[in-house]
Amino acid sequence: MTSVLAEAGRSVQGILTIAHLTWIDVRRKRIVLAAILCGLAFLAVFAVAAWFATGVGERGGPRSLLQMQMMRQTFALVGLYAVNFFVAMLAMMLPVDTLSGEITSGVIQTIASKPVRRADIVLGKWLMHTFMIAGYLVLMTGGILLIMWIFTGFEQRNLSSALVLMWLEACVLLTVSIAGGVRFSTVTNGIVSFGLYAVAFIGGLIEQVGVVIGNATSRYIGTAISLVTPSDALWRLAANELMPAYMSQLQVGPFSSASVPSAAMVWWSTGLMLAILALAIRGFQKRPL
Amino acid sequence: MSDIAIETRQLRKQFGANLAVADLSLRIGRGEVFGFLGPNGAGKTTSIKMLLGLVEPTSGAATLLGAPLGNRAARGRIGFLPEHFRFHDALTGRELLRMHGRLQGLRGTALERRIDRLLERVSLDEAQDRPLREFSKGMTQRAGLAQALIAEPDLVFLDEPTSGLDPLGRVLVRELIEECRARGATVFLNSHLLGEVEATCDRVVFVKQGRAVHEMSLAAAADAASALDVEMTIDRCDPEILEGLAAFGHEVRSEGRHVRLRAHSAQSVPDIARWLVGKGVGIHALGSRRKSLEEWFIEVMGDDQRPG
Repeated sequence: MTSVLAEAGRSVQGILTIAHLTWIDVRRKRIVLAAILCGLAFLAVFAVAAWFATGVGERGGPRSLLQMQMMRQTFALVGLYAVNFFVAMLAMMLPVDTLSGEITSGVIQTIASKPVRRADIVLGKWLMHTFMIAGYLVLMTGGILLIMWIFTGFEQRNLSSALVLMWLEACVLLTVSIAGGVRFSTVTNGIVSFGLYAVAFIGGLIEQVGVVIGNATSRYIGTAISLVTPSDALWRLAANELMPAYMSQLQVGPFSSASVPSAAMVWWSTGLMLAILALAIRGFQKRPL
Repeated sequence: MSDIAIETRQLRKQFGANLAVADLSLRIGRGEVFGFLGPNGAGKTTSIKMLLGLVEPTSGAATLLGAPLGNRAARGRIGFLPEHFRFHDALTGRELLRMHGRLQGLRGTALERRIDRLLERVSLDEAQDRPLREFSKGMTQRAGLAQALIAEPDLVFLDEPTSGLDPLGRVLVRELIEECRARGATVFLNSHLLGEVEATCDRVVFVKQGRAVHEMSLAAAADAASALDVEMTIDRCDPEILEGLAAFGHEVRSEGRHVRLRAHSAQSVPDIARWLVGKGVGIHALGSRRKSLEEWFIEVMGDDQRPG
């Protein structure tokens, strides 16, 4: 029992050391700085857009409270959709060379020859990336909603559950990116990760169109694609959380959803992510370094 | 505790149709400085990677410090400098050692003190807060040496440790190897610089096309008669003299007044001098030379090797 606990303790130390190393590496390469600066630029542009939109709203003559609320909600959704897209890109690109780059350069050799399990190396990197993405998502979402509140007094509903869904989407994408790094070169991994994201987007569109025109085949194809690569389905779930029910029924498009995936998609996505992580660990354990 | 630091039994690695290492069987004692020699592509680095758990053997078995390959506790007592040492170049020298120390299970002030000592030992104390990307090749290699020694390992693998180092750096590597030997650590050295190997190793194995083809103790080789070439220039070189010289060695060859033979023993040199003087032969020059490791290398590898 004592030896099992000691072994677990060493694993935790190994994971934390790798996580710390990942953080230092990302920070020193100015990736965090670049992401923050780009995020601030995006928020600044969004603030300008929000300011103009407020003016347009006021010039259009008297509007009902419902109309105003729909306008604000739609505008917030556009911002959050952009944040979701930005975070998804970051989730794919940030870890794209964390394994493949270190394998190619030989950096991994001195690490993997230390008394640290290969699984702990993967877990340490994965853990730090999920934290970084979570932090970035909170900052960006907070920025969007702060701007909306300042200019329009808008307050977002169901924010925490939507944030969890958006984070889960990013975590699935970064797990795919980390897993790809075990087998693929950095560029190939980037292409595969982005390709899957694009497939998910199109799959989501097919599903929504299927719902709108009442075509079951189209809907099934979209759902099947979502089961393989669930990023778009998770965004649609998040958008559904963010929107009032009456709006969900009125709109189709990337900022909202006509077809709301089942809540089981959350569990499916979590399971899929863990399965991909397990495959990444297994692949890394077997890979010659 | 076993006296054997490394033991491999028919360790083999095949990448598809390519046989990288074939049935490698070694026994390396604790405190030994062991040289692993062979031309490029002979399977040396793959062998080291198998021992370190970086590459899974196709077949065979091995133990390091008495534990099977991959044993975590044993890996905590092993240091490794890869052939092309690379690390996250955004880290400073001190951070590099701190990370490696932590991965080895070291913490706190003991780790910081060890880092201080090592940085000073490899002359990087003044550059410790600079990022590795600003290091010269030699500085990076010295940082790599320091990370290999961070946990005072009982077994150190050095793959081309003098690569990129100037003569002073090479002396440093030699001294560090001596320090390892002095504290009873085993050093597994893979180097193309045979002079370095000759100066530091107790024993060497020659590897050719994935197979260990020859093993020799350098101390024994230095004493071995077969390694002593005697050359002389004498004023009479007739068949009687050549026949007489054959009693002191073998492979007697002459060219004009110049005679060369491989002596039976180190004592042969003064005996030859006495015998020639007794025969009334004038000696213009007489000398002996041990066979260098490079000559051994070329002889063992044979003529079928091409430069790698």
